[in-house]
Amino acid sequence: MEYFIQQLVNGITLGSIYGLIAIGYTMVYGIIGMINFAHGDIFMIGAFVALISFIIFGLTGVALPIILLLVLLIAMLFTACYGWTVEKLAYKPLRGSFRLAPLISALGMSIVLQNYVQVAQGARVKPMQPLFSGGLEFFKNSEFIVTVSYLQIFIVILTIILMGIFTYLITKTDLGRAQRACEQDRTMTALLGINVDRTISITFIIGSSLASVAGMMFVLYYGVIDFYIGFLAGIKAFTAAVLGGIGSLPGAMLGGLLIGLIETMWSGYVSIEYKDVAAFSVLIVVLIFFPTGFLGKPDIEKV
Amino acid sequence: MDKQDIIKSFKDSLFTGLIALALFGPIVGLRTASKGEGLFITPQWGIVFLLVGLCIFGRFLININSFRRTEFKFISVFNSKLSSITEDKAKHFAITGILFAVVFPFLPFTDRYFMDVAIMILTYIMLGWGLNIVVGLAGLLDLGYVAFYAVGAYSYALIATTFGWSFWICLPLAGIFAAFFGILLGFPVLRLRGDYLAIVTLGFGEIIRIILINWYEVTNGPDGITGIPRPSFFGLPFKRSPDEGEFSFHTFFGLEYSTMHRIIFLYYLILVLALITNYFTLKIRKLPVGRAWEALREDEIACKSLGVNPTNTKLTAFAIGAMFGGFAGSFFATRQAFISPESFTFIESAIIVAIVVLGGMGSQTGVVLASIFLIGITEIFRDLEQYRMIAFGGAMVLIMVFKPKGILANRKPTILMHGDKK
Repeated sequence: MEYFIQQLVNGITLGSIYGLIAIGYTMVYGIIGMINFAHGDIFMIGAFVALISFIIFGLTGVALPIILLLVLLIAMLFTACYGWTVEKLAYKPLRGSFRLAPLISALGMSIVLQNYVQVAQGARVKPMQPLFSGGLEFFKNSEFIVTVSYLQIFIVILTIILMGIFTYLITKTDLGRAQRACEQDRTMTALLGINVDRTISITFIIGSSLASVAGMMFVLYYGVIDFYIGFLAGIKAFTAAVLGGIGSLPGAMLGGLLIGLIETMWSGYVSIEYKDVAAFSVLIVVLIFFPTGFLGKPDIEKV
Repeated sequence: MDKQDIIKSFKDSLFTGLIALALFGPIVGLRTASKGEGLFITPQWGIVFLLVGLCIFGRFLININSFRRTEFKFISVFNSKLSSITEDKAKHFAITGILFAVVFPFLPFTDRYFMDVAIMILTYIMLGWGLNIVVGLAGLLDLGYVAFYAVGAYSYALIATTFGWSFWICLPLAGIFAAFFGILLGFPVLRLRGDYLAIVTLGFGEIIRIILINWYEVTNGPDGITGIPRPSFFGLPFKRSPDEGEFSFHTFFGLEYSTMHRIIFLYYLILVLALITNYFTLKIRKLPVGRAWEALREDEIACKSLGVNPTNTKLTAFAIGAMFGGFAGSFFATRQAFISPESFTFIESAIIVAIVVLGGMGSQTGVVLASIFLIGITEIFRDLEQYRMIAFGGAMVLIMVFKPKGILANRKPTILMHGDKK
């Protein structure tokens, strides 16, 4: 039981990271209907920017909360630039062309970003000293002590805060309304005087910023990153988005949590080598029974 | 072009520079390197300023050019040339290409390196043609094609090393295994549409790779399988000194021993395999099942109402595509004599899909051009090892931006309502 709770806590932490990345996928898919394969690499760039700023601020000796806040903002800012540029260079010229064109362009962009970081930062793994230590301990009398580290608490709380802001942004503001309108009908939205290009750019900026936060969490949580982390995290996050129902924002978060939980439970109880297999197999099984994911809108075919 | 335009484009270029600074500043400018314990930062501002300068300058040139309101003439001229060539002379082009491929090993400038590159390009052409059945004809986006390639390679390697059977027995077996895996995967997932299918096939590719890495007892894990038998020329091995009482290729034909013999044989082997794939595709397109694939790609609902069973039809496409992937995999295994899971990563799938899409979906000639172009680019950048994949990815983006439908997009319909108009 205690072990189960421990895995649950770990799973929720991991799930928060996946969920934040998944939002970027699901938003872009909702608005322009493409799988943004470069999103995983945007997350990786976010992790690198966070790592670099942690090193810089680590030398100054500022208090930890201020460092965290600064790094968060810096990572979001710089990573958003990447998301914006990628959209401008590789996707915008392809709007309205046939379905696979942006996908191939995104694959190309993903290869470019990965190798660019490899050239610029080197291929070796980058370790970072842990900034957080300690945590809360539960069930002290039993055999297995459940530890919830402060870092895990930080990650989960930050995710909840960001989700709150994000939900407000999408449901209550003009920007969110414009975005949802674009998802439904881009031509009509343009006719109503909304700058569609700008809305799509902003979607990419928001998605990339959230991915960069996930990147920062990843650096803190695992303590090592390399240029290749974007790929696996990216496809798992996409799996999460599909699982929750692509195009649905609460679905992305739910899918992220599920993937995180499946992964930790599987590595805790079955085998750690096959944890990635578990995530993908669950995806296949879920899609057979819920073809549009858990919270996706049923997709009605019309002639 | 008046003064205002220049000022405007100048401002725009400066903005580009600012963005470029934000892009390159942290990632290029602050290189992390481990020294002792922990990481330290080595600034590299020189390169950053160079890159930013290039971006500003490039943007400025593009702006100036766009104010002149002249199109990139050479691109459109090139496009129309290309399409006219391929439209009128497709057959000539194909025959010339095949003839060139046949005489290629005996051309004076052909050396070992050229042969290796040619074999690699032909392998990708074959994979591209195989995937073209799935993506180009049936319109199913398969991002895990490398899984079938891997299944083919591993089943060939395992059968050949365990039972010692010859290449010509193992090859069809490997193809059958791969087709079987195609059906196994296809059966549950083919009712999914479009992008869902893409992500599931991608996941399947990863599952196969992870199993290959972890199933030590059978696949030998990350170390891979070594000592896969080389193919023989109808029973004649390519050995320097044949065993007692046996012939090897060069003693049988009374030739001087040369390692090139085997390479040339492998070259013809993959050429024949690739041409079989192509011939098969061209023929099956005219059969009911091939027509059903193309009809499904265009409109699934119409197909259903006409009594075509979409799942079975897609399944055949999937299985046949997988089978050719398996053939290519066994060729890969026998050529390398060593395989490991590292050769079957997602990037391979991405390259094959890119070849099909960049070539122009469903175009057989396009696959050839795209393979030559993409593999050629990585070979040109071979000396700049680090930059070759950047060039590769960049080329993918650029082709898509300038020719979103692929190099050869003008594919004729296979069948016309009132016969061929010409």
